[in-house]
Amino acid sequence: MNWVWFHRFGSPPYFYRFAGRWAPWFMGIAVVLLAVGLYGGLVVAPADYFQSDAFRIIYVHVPSAYLSLMTYTWMALAAAIGLIWRIKICHAIAAACAPAGASFTAVSLATGMIWGQPTWGTYWAWDPRIVSQLFVLFFFLGYIALRGAIEDRDRADRASAVLAIVGVINVPIVHFSVDWWRSLHQGPTLMRADGPSMPMSMAWPLLVMIGAYTFYFVAIMLMRARAEVLRRERGGAWLREELARAGAAA
Amino acid sequence: MSAARRSALQAASSVMQRDLLLAFRRPGEWLQPLAFFALVTTLFPLAMDPEAALLRQLAPAALWVTLLLTSLLALDFLYREDGRDGTLEQYAVSGQSFTALLLAKTVTHWLLTGLPLVLAGPLAAMSLGAPPSAMPGVFFALLLGSISLSLIGSIGAGLTLGLRRGGALLSLLVLPLVMPVLVFGARATALAIAGDEASGALYLLAAMGVLALTLAPLAAAAAVRISLE
Repeated sequence: MNWVWFHRFGSPPYFYRFAGRWAPWFMGIAVVLLAVGLYGGLVVAPADYFQSDAFRIIYVHVPSAYLSLMTYTWMALAAAIGLIWRIKICHAIAAACAPAGASFTAVSLATGMIWGQPTWGTYWAWDPRIVSQLFVLFFFLGYIALRGAIEDRDRADRASAVLAIVGVINVPIVHFSVDWWRSLHQGPTLMRADGPSMPMSMAWPLLVMIGAYTFYFVAIMLMRARAEVLRRERGGAWLREELARAGAAA
Repeated sequence: MSAARRSALQAASSVMQRDLLLAFRRPGEWLQPLAFFALVTTLFPLAMDPEAALLRQLAPAALWVTLLLTSLLALDFLYREDGRDGTLEQYAVSGQSFTALLLAKTVTHWLLTGLPLVLAGPLAAMSLGAPPSAMPGVFFALLLGSISLSLIGSIGAGLTLGLRRGGALLSLLVLPLVMPVLVFGARATALAIAGDEASGALYLLAAMGVLALTLAPLAAAAAVRISLE
């Protein structure tokens, strides 16, 4: 197999151009999907028999919870590739994932609390899924704090990569250890082997919203990683040429 | 046994001897965490209504949260001095397995700061109202849990080695990682104090200890190496 396409991403100028070209597209697709998904979820989908309109918050809650774990996986994967093959771009990508992931996690916790008050009668419960989500947030915050505390960029990259990898080993352990407690949160309804246990009229806007969030994440990640490349490569000859060309075009 | 392996073992044991000797010359290193542990566990009855039934219910949480905080405090001693005076750099270029040398350091650190807490823990539990019959369960829970705490903590200590604002950061890095140890340790302690069978939670603690023993030294060595560069 030819790996040249992969190695090209390791080159900052190539990645910078690639991210600049594709981020707006991903963002555009995210906006379209978001509009469709929100319309479908808030207007078209029927009200729930038990929860009436309160259930509609799942169209924000589920995608952000899903994305928070996906972002963590991406971050750890990028960090591991960066650490093993010493590809600097991967460290920039991992660094770009962390704030996005922390935000997704915070949004999923906040929307869960807003929904929990009318439905469960409490904002917060010491429930396994809620607590493990809270610990995912702490992992992200620890990662960001470690990066912030180390001044040397190369050392920050590699130390935070070790933390991300250790965190990945710990995520399933955290998940199963909190499963010991009595559970209030419902089980999976969408991603099940025998198909979604919710009617299609409610499920399709949810799937569209997950798609919207995924595209939004990729767009944000590319933009942040691009900004990170700018910061790292400042003073680079290629960057000066690139900016001069952009200035001439504008 | 091959010569290379014997020399690795010899190097590890001389690291242990050196660290133990230093600790006996500077007893504060292992006395301070012990005093901290004793002090904090006595704070709980002072901060609440010291009714026996209430205290007994609180005992597992008090013991384990205190153990976690004490181990965080003690982690500061693990690499800091040797990082500052260049000993760790000498280990790194010594040609011996860096992982083995650091594991020897972590084991010594556990002997000095973990084991005293394991021995003092059952006493603290009794002062909080645990029955004497619960002592074996409490002892084994603390024994297995503190091994994991030292090993997992060594990763965090390696990552924050040489940082100026290391203390608060260390707790932010280590506490989420050791959360499962707290859950199962407190679980086993609570079961033992209630007079129930605690072996299920103890086996899980042992499993986490084995996992930490196999993976944490590698991550800690990688972390220290990165911090030394």
